[in-house]
Amino acid sequence: MNDVLKAKDFQTDQEVRWCPGCGDYSILKQVHTVLPQIGLKREDIVVISGIGCSSRFPYYTNTFGMHSIHGRATAIASGLKATRPELSVWIVTGDGDGLSIGGNHLIHLLRRNFNVQILLFNNEIYGLTKGQYSPTSPLGKVAKSTPMGSIDHPFNPAALALGADATFVARSMDRDPAHLQQMLLRSHQHVGAAFLEIYQNCNIFNDGAFEVFTDKGSKLTAGMYVQDGQPLVFGENNEYGIRLDGFQPMAVQLGEEYSKDDLWIHDEKNIFKAQILTRIFDEQSMEGHLPRPFGVFYAAERATYEDMLNAQVEQAIASRGVGNLDLLLRGSETWEIEA
Amino acid sequence: MEIKPIDHVVIKFAGDSGDGMQLTGGQFTNNTALLGADLQTFPDFPAEIRAPAGTLAGVSGFQLHFGSHKIFTPGDNCDVLVAMNAAALKVNIKNLNPGAIIIVNTDGFDSKNLRLAHYETNPLDDHSLDHFQVIRIDVTKMTREALKDLTLSTKEKDRCKNMFVLGFLYYMYNRQLDSTLRFLEQKFHKMPEVLEANRISLNTGYSFADTTEVFTSRYTVEPASLAPGVYRSIVGNEAVAMALVAASRRSGLPLFLGSYPITPASDILHYLSKYKNFGVRTFQAEDEIAAISASIGAAFGGSLAVTTTSGPGMALKAEAMGLAVMLEIPLLICNIQRAGPSTGLPTKTEQADLLQALYGRNGECPMPVIAASTPSDAFHATLEAARIAVEHMTPVILLSDGYIANGAEPWRFPQEKDLPEIHTAFAPEQEEDTVFHPYERNEKLVRPWAIPGTKGLEHRIGGLEKQAVTGNISYDPDNHEHMVKMREARVEIIADYIPEQAIALGPEKGQVLLLGWGSTYGAMQGATQQLLSEGYAVAHAHLRYIKPFPRNLGQLMQQFDHVMVPEINNGQLVKVLRDKYMVPAVAFNKIKGVPITSRELVNAVIDLLANKK
Repeated sequence: MNDVLKAKDFQTDQEVRWCPGCGDYSILKQVHTVLPQIGLKREDIVVISGIGCSSRFPYYTNTFGMHSIHGRATAIASGLKATRPELSVWIVTGDGDGLSIGGNHLIHLLRRNFNVQILLFNNEIYGLTKGQYSPTSPLGKVAKSTPMGSIDHPFNPAALALGADATFVARSMDRDPAHLQQMLLRSHQHVGAAFLEIYQNCNIFNDGAFEVFTDKGSKLTAGMYVQDGQPLVFGENNEYGIRLDGFQPMAVQLGEEYSKDDLWIHDEKNIFKAQILTRIFDEQSMEGHLPRPFGVFYAAERATYEDMLNAQVEQAIASRGVGNLDLLLRGSETWEIEA
Repeated sequence: MEIKPIDHVVIKFAGDSGDGMQLTGGQFTNNTALLGADLQTFPDFPAEIRAPAGTLAGVSGFQLHFGSHKIFTPGDNCDVLVAMNAAALKVNIKNLNPGAIIIVNTDGFDSKNLRLAHYETNPLDDHSLDHFQVIRIDVTKMTREALKDLTLSTKEKDRCKNMFVLGFLYYMYNRQLDSTLRFLEQKFHKMPEVLEANRISLNTGYSFADTTEVFTSRYTVEPASLAPGVYRSIVGNEAVAMALVAASRRSGLPLFLGSYPITPASDILHYLSKYKNFGVRTFQAEDEIAAISASIGAAFGGSLAVTTTSGPGMALKAEAMGLAVMLEIPLLICNIQRAGPSTGLPTKTEQADLLQALYGRNGECPMPVIAASTPSDAFHATLEAARIAVEHMTPVILLSDGYIANGAEPWRFPQEKDLPEIHTAFAPEQEEDTVFHPYERNEKLVRPWAIPGTKGLEHRIGGLEKQAVTGNISYDPDNHEHMVKMREARVEIIADYIPEQAIALGPEKGQVLLLGWGSTYGAMQGATQQLLSEGYAVAHAHLRYIKPFPRNLGQLMQQFDHVMVPEINNGQLVKVLRDKYMVPAVAFNKIKGVPITSRELVNAVIDLLANKK
């Protein structure tokens, strides 16, 4: 077989069954584009999903895969990664699967820092169950189960991940293929749990939820693309920026009063700044709102769970020798009954 | 002083949760085992770690039955009671044999203790104990006095009371102190003064018994006529843990345990976390669901994967167990049962999760069910459960319970070379252009174990219904019915690879077959032996395999006029037997959080025969 894989090598013979126009198609395409670039063999990649529209993903990707049960992909991936650290493990989940029924496993995976990629497709709605509000739906969302509007305060997934001590937190979107590919590559390059929130349009039940960030007319003012070491700028011609007034981020116009030198310089390794950055989560309809950031918010090094687990096993063997089953069965005290 | 040989004796150590009665009982047990007597133990403790001192709820007990012949149970009633306070006496007095010896710590019978134990008058003074032999010792005072030269606090000194009592009993039963001295040295080698205090207390108790004139004779129990060989003492949870390591060795698969702490299963996690030099990886998950899910991930990756729990955790794992059935991957689920429902009686024993194990999942979701019957049998049953899981690519449920988990008995332990080999093979790599069929089956109806990292085997599996052979998603009605029947057939075919059911004791044919499973084993053996000696044609058969049943079980039951099924539940195995074999099996049930006794079974069989005549 040809050593150089192409995107089409990662397609399967299964008919893709997402609704026509679903944002998942784009994400699938970007993943298939990126996988050949990471230089791994197909058999060394495992895609694990839970339940929901996004969780059909493994069937469409020609690697090892498991379409598991609702919310548990993160826990299943933990056991696989703990025992097979050499595999590249990708978790595909959604806002319901990952943040509602599977919220517990997600936060614990993040704090343990297994070296996996978590792609959280956020469409702010339940698609597979046909249109109930999700834990990321905005307050007041009118959906199947909330005829008078949702009264659940929504999660901010990036802030939640950072709160769970994730070592890598990023955000991208289905309609920006180049950025999404870049974020997928960064997620893979990170050693540790990489949490990538992907805004994904559900054109059936929540069409246009992220339009303000994807529409040509508004995307550059509503969204802000952050880059390590660069000032936070946004606008059609990068004519605006964010500066920190103490702990308070403020949008300013560049020109007479402020220059780029006055702006917040993004530092992916700074946990305190990352906390503020992920907290920029204004409703875009709000007066004086700040732009929604996209990109890598935080990336830090910390030992992975599987490395520490295996180090303990090696240490135990080094100090006590490979276990002797006969000695174990014998225990500390024995007595003999003679014939 | 005269040394009287006795045949067998039941001793109960009882006191506050903080009095160290479990440790005292454990030490006396080890000492007894080293002498070669046969024994069974039954620790019985409250769910609270430290219930309020002196209360009835806070009484912790440890019962030990040992003798010079085969011992089947921890004993129905006690010959000796150690009562560290009034509450310990109150809780246990109804289970004493006539003329029993009661050793009381008089300091535990002051007005406060009497009030907490709801005694209106002091039982030590009101002649209510006249038909027992009461030995009064002010243990607290004597221990403090013996330790007066040490700088430890009074509280720390009082913690040595149990060693005083242990020393006293060692004298009474003509024992050496060595085994406990060795234990103390190991436990307290970093705290020399505490070690010294315990040593002094143990010796003081021993000398006090020697110098005081409280008894006229000492007792000795001859070694039991157990089969020749080298023995150790074993508790059920440790047996399960060691069997998992053994299964890992015999299969060549690395062991992974995903678990969440729960009484009475947690000790398995504790043991295995210490066995890292056997390549064991333990994962204390965030909850029961994550524990089994992580194990499923490890099994997918080619580990011998295990999750351990008790009833409430089992309920939480149900959905993931269904996934494992769909995936057809090896997985061992150990349920160390406790009294339910809900939180129930967490530290008390019960066998009420059998129907949950057989049926407690959505959809048609069959899984082999294996049951351990004694602490040492837990080793062999666990090894067998692991063998079936791996060789048949299926999740398997192992049932134990609190009584087996914490009970101890002598064990003629095996050697690694004598243990069965577990045959396993991962699917080999293949050319990329060959189509791989993950649900193609061999003659055992077993699909290949195709682990990630194997070239050419890339495939996707999941909880959605599978098309036969290809494993692709299928909504085809005929395929679904075929797969439902296939999953059942896969489990039923295991009956071809397990031994036939044997009679454990008694004739092959007769009046009554006592048919049981799990921790009722000892009581059933004892009762059967008793009934046989009284001339009844009674036999005992004990099931290790509950799903599938051994092929000959129906035929075996037909050889008896009556089948009686004793269970610590409201009648579960009996339902399954009636359903499958249409036999008029009779239930005998006790649901009190404590084991069934031999005496109760003997009476039940005699009543059955009397009423049926």
